[in-house]
Amino acid sequence: MSDPRPAPLLTLRGIGKSFLGVRVLDGVDLDVAPGEVHAVVGENGAGKSTLMKIVSGGYSPDEGTVEFAGATRSFRGPRDAQRAGVGIIHQEFNLLPERTVAENVYLGHEPVRRGLVDRRGMLERTRQLLASIGETTLPADARVGQLGVAQQQVVEIAKALALDAQLLIMDEPTAALADHEVELLYGLVRRLQERGIGLLYVSHRLAEVFDLSGRITVLKDGRRVTTVATADTTGDELVRHMVGRELSSYYPDRAAPEDRGPVRLNLRDAGNRKLRDVNLQLRAGEVLGIGGLQGSGRSALARAIFGVSPFTTGDVTLDDRPVRLRSPRTAMRAGIAYVTEDRKGEGIVPRQSVLDNALLASRAVFAARSGRAARTLRVRELLAAVEVRGAGDDQEIRFLSGGNQQKVVLARWLALNPRILLFDEPTRGIDVGAKSAIHDLVRRLARDGAAVLMISSDLPELLGMSDRIVVMRDGHVAGELPAGATEEEVVALAVGTAREAVA
Amino acid sequence: MSALSLLPARRPVPGVFVALTLTLAIGWLVVLLDGGQLFNQSTTVSLLHVAAGLGLVAVGQTLVILGGSLDLSVAYVISLSTLVAAETMNGSDGAVLPAIGLVLVVSAGVGLLNGILVTRFRVNAFIATLGVGLLLKGYLDNGYDGPAGTTAPALVQALGYQRVGPVPVSFLLLVAVTAAAWFALSRTRFGHHLVAVGGDPEVARLSGVRNDRVLVTAHVLCSMCAGLAGIYLASRLGSGAPRVGTEGLYDLESIAAVVIGGTALAGGRGGVVGTVGGVLLLASIDAIFNQLEVDAFFKQVIRGVIIIAAVAVYARRAMRKAA
Repeated sequence: MSDPRPAPLLTLRGIGKSFLGVRVLDGVDLDVAPGEVHAVVGENGAGKSTLMKIVSGGYSPDEGTVEFAGATRSFRGPRDAQRAGVGIIHQEFNLLPERTVAENVYLGHEPVRRGLVDRRGMLERTRQLLASIGETTLPADARVGQLGVAQQQVVEIAKALALDAQLLIMDEPTAALADHEVELLYGLVRRLQERGIGLLYVSHRLAEVFDLSGRITVLKDGRRVTTVATADTTGDELVRHMVGRELSSYYPDRAAPEDRGPVRLNLRDAGNRKLRDVNLQLRAGEVLGIGGLQGSGRSALARAIFGVSPFTTGDVTLDDRPVRLRSPRTAMRAGIAYVTEDRKGEGIVPRQSVLDNALLASRAVFAARSGRAARTLRVRELLAAVEVRGAGDDQEIRFLSGGNQQKVVLARWLALNPRILLFDEPTRGIDVGAKSAIHDLVRRLARDGAAVLMISSDLPELLGMSDRIVVMRDGHVAGELPAGATEEEVVALAVGTAREAVA
Repeated sequence: MSALSLLPARRPVPGVFVALTLTLAIGWLVVLLDGGQLFNQSTTVSLLHVAAGLGLVAVGQTLVILGGSLDLSVAYVISLSTLVAAETMNGSDGAVLPAIGLVLVVSAGVGLLNGILVTRFRVNAFIATLGVGLLLKGYLDNGYDGPAGTTAPALVQALGYQRVGPVPVSFLLLVAVTAAAWFALSRTRFGHHLVAVGGDPEVARLSGVRNDRVLVTAHVLCSMCAGLAGIYLASRLGSGAPRVGTEGLYDLESIAAVVIGGTALAGGRGGVVGTVGGVLLLASIDAIFNQLEVDAFFKQVIRGVIIIAAVAVYARRAMRKAA
């Protein structure tokens, strides 16, 4: 972007906010120009979401001013902000799956002719709106529930634009997207930029931030650490600002060769509807990384081992004894634990307490022979050991950050003393600090003799954590890589440009 | 433009009409083998009469269910309405219009109370409308031992017995009310907002919908539909009947018809046309069993099976859609 910048669309000056005496934002300044993508990064709890809620009318600031489109504003609520031209795309979509695209886009302000909803006009205007952001293949009269996640995101954006949004806040917009869909989002963001719309882009994924943004603001503990032009900074530097440590110090040491124990789990030509001829050995004491694209069978593999959708062909042995893992219950009794990828949907019971969530598996699978009190005590110890922060054990889990929720899920499984742990995207949507705590935990478990299988889409994490990496493609094992492999090698196997090698 | 956009977004005809056709075909055959005739004048007329009464209630019930609510007070509203109508008319043709007006006002008032309890006081719809229903039951049980009042002969004639060919006027009233409700749902902001509130109240709220107002309106309309059903029953019975609503099981049957018609009990999906299909299905089964002189208890068993089967089929379909 050329200097001098155009007059800013949004200017925040000295924004401060406290909840119950806890200061969550303190003197934050930030501005966004029309057509600029301004990224906001920081750990969870750094104040990003509070700041976004202040901009979008969810909260009003205790101190400071919000200037939008040339006037000082204090929004009375999300609707007020929407009408003024501030749209927000949440991580979870605010769409009605049973209604059409047009009905969703114009919900709450349906075009009316002679007192009646003008359906044709609504469809036509939705088509124009979609076309204006380069979407010509998305039918305006399709039911939203039939659309893929990426298309639903487009609908969300169109919904904001239908209200003439000049500023769009995107909160972790790629969290739910598959890799190839991220590219589509990039194109969309650029077209929004061309239209002169300012974007506030909140993301954990630094790669995106570098690809898309013009400037980056780093928040830490409610304060603005710095605002830099993206071109003038590096990922390492950003991470230092966020947490005060180098990227390379992230990953705990790998297992030494002598730490690797006997084969715990052995799959021979195992398959089901989504998998075929999977041969794989998982040893005690190691972290086996599973790479591959979305839909390549990574999660299907974990779910088959855990008995969610069991193997239908091939042999599975556990400690050299043949087993049939036909339900999660049998898998758990065999000493297998599975930390699911979909934490909100499958990992936690949002309205139950931290303690109840942690006790869920032990209560369900094992009789009360060890005594309730003893079990509860043990789980409380585990919760303390995994360092769940910011909550008492009796608080509802939904009020915890993603990282702390994940620690509770971990505690739940550790209570079963599992010998095999399957992690599916264990750090997705989790802030940097909690991430490294989970990495440490995973490694500690392996060191204590557990066999760990870890699926991750985050390549640095996969490479940094794994003692070996198995890459999946189209439901089978595309190849295996040793520790120290490069991102390129993994990707080449995943997309199939590398010759298949069975190690 | 993609091929997909050429397809109309209209929902496929709810499966209930397939089931209805099959039921009528099989029923016709069985009755024929039994030596009877399912589609003679008198059975058809009585089938449509049954459908008209239940249908008026069920169309209203569809509105609140679409909005994610429920109304268990309709049976008592019906009983009350027959009494209000018959006692106001007291046999005088001149009092027909005031009586209808009063019934609509009274039933709208009950709906308003339901709506306010559900929205403003956040009482669960099940409990709120059950409570209001019991309140009305107390009043009815206290004040009436049996039929009271006299329906004006003109209304008895016009609404209770008048027909156009084999189609009773009351059924035409149902058709009109259904058409109005269909129109409201698809062509008015109220309708769009109601379905949105039932689909996801938070999404609706954040999109600028005034959820409470929409739901209260739906409750008022639902109660008014029950009021209309009461007027119709008063015209059939010739007097007010303090237990006709509960004895006819209009509360649970109307909900059953809505569900059989493909409307999601949780709200946000469905419509009144399917509900009328559900009503006709229930009425047809009634008619067939009457012809075959099936035991009344066995009839209840079959109805139970049908309701459960319908919900199971819809649940399966929803699962497939999600997969």
